[in-house]
Amino acid sequence: MDVMKAEKVSFGYGSHKILQNLNFEMNNNQVIGLFGDSGSGKSTLCKILTGFITDYEGEVTVNGQKHNGGYNPIQLIYQHPEKVMNPRWKMKDVLEESWMPDEKILNEFGIKKEWFKRYPSELSGGELQRFSILRALNPKTKFIIADEISTMLDAVTQVQIWESLLTVARENNVGVLLVSHDKRLINRISDEMVYLSDITD
Amino acid sequence: MTKTEEKHKKFLNLNLRTKTLLIIGIAFLILFSVFVSNYLIDHTAVLTSNFYNINQPPSFEHWFGTDWMGRDMFMRTLLGLGISIGVGAFASIISTIIAILLGVFSSVNTIVDEAVTAVIDLFGSIPHILLIILVSLAFGGGYYGVVMAVGLTHWTPLARVLRAEIKKINTSEYIKLSTEFGKSKMWIAKKHIFPLIISQIIVGVILMFPHAIMHEASISFLGFGLPAHEPAIGIILSESMKYLSMGYWWLAFYPGLALLFLVLLFDLIGENVHKLLDPQSAQE
Ligand SMILES: Nc1ncnc2c1ncn2[C@@H]1O[C@H](COP(=O)(O)OP(=O)(O)O)[C@@H](O)[C@H]1O
Ligand SMILES: [Mg+2]
Repeated sequence: MDVMKAEKVSFGYGSHKILQNLNFEMNNNQVIGLFGDSGSGKSTLCKILTGFITDYEGEVTVNGQKHNGGYNPIQLIYQHPEKVMNPRWKMKDVLEESWMPDEKILNEFGIKKEWFKRYPSELSGGELQRFSILRALNPKTKFIIADEISTMLDAVTQVQIWESLLTVARENNVGVLLVSHDKRLINRISDEMVYLSDITD
Repeated sequence: MTKTEEKHKKFLNLNLRTKTLLIIGIAFLILFSVFVSNYLIDHTAVLTSNFYNINQPPSFEHWFGTDWMGRDMFMRTLLGLGISIGVGAFASIISTIIAILLGVFSSVNTIVDEAVTAVIDLFGSIPHILLIILVSLAFGGGYYGVVMAVGLTHWTPLARVLRAEIKKINTSEYIKLSTEFGKSKMWIAKKHIFPLIISQIIVGVILMFPHAIMHEASISFLGFGLPAHEPAIGIILSESMKYLSMGYWWLAFYPGLALLFLVLLFDLIGENVHKLLDPQSAQE
């Protein structure tokens, strides 16, 4: 079993403190929903957990080990998939930067082969988000942090994407932290709901 | 984007590509013929005076007319363009190297970046012509002086663009994510950064070239550039000023036009290549 742990994490942008003494722990068989009002620092926490922000106090570990260099076992799926894709790359290169999934997984996510030849600007938000989820599902990933990944999608796509993500994550024993300000979504999808205000001072 | 819009875009794209290739073809043909003619033309024969033929207006025999020494202006213009292109090419190479070095150097850390920005701003703020003249004088003038002067003063726009571009790429989320995927700095530089800046460099050089030529001509015209015995366009223009009042308009008109044509041609190529290599920004 893999355990992800955040211990005594504090962070602020400049003097503007966002997170104070945060403690959180989960294992790779869990799907946990993290709730917080908008502006409460959820995205900031996601960036800390996944190494996008590094100058924080405290520690983030997987099985007791801090990440330094190489593939990060904690991967972030972002609210805006277009921001984490090189706009000049075709989708095939975008995906392969992480790995190339097999047919089964591609089908699970409804990825069409013809999309591979397109640029990010030539796909819809929902289609891009599928790619961005797939990239994060690299076999080396142990935890996925999903930061409001379905906010901008319509209800049907939202359900489809979450079903595919959870199917593959469960099959591969990947823990999922679903971050949202939407309690209904968290209740529907996750095993457990955690309030950001409860795990910080 | 709908199907028809997509088709429309493709059609326009194709058009732009063929158009650009056509212009590049023309430019290459001109450069090549100027280059070849510079080798084939018997310099001394062209530049020696022939007093039976002085100050003739343009005719079939002398397309651009002849000057007060009976020299064929078409030949002189060709030679002049040859010199201008040579100076422009050398100067552009120097400027490009400086711009790339500074651009890449600026990404080391914030202190270096601020220093680079300061240098760029400093050079950018001094009036161009003045700086070129000073540098040319400092290098002892002549062909060498002009090449150095133009080369050492034309890197600022490209350096600015490269610095900004590298900074933008480096702070983008997809570069950060690339590190999370375990990619090395080298891999990121090679796959993400280099392909992006190479198009900026190509466009920068193409746009820099006509500027370099113009400035060479300007300072030669003002008498600070190439020596008076060289048939450079700037020299031709400044000499012909004395004869304009006598109505020998062709002495300045055709060489000036030829230079202008060359400059505009390269500006056009630069713009089109920019649109081709950078469809993203062209779309916006
Ligand atoms: N890059 C940044 N620089 C400064 N302040 C920021 C930055 N990103 C977010 N903030 C601020 O931090 C607070 C928390 O933001 P965020 O983590 O995005 O909240 P959430 O995702 O819960 O809506 C907000 O007040 C926001 O304005
Ligand atoms: Mg957020």
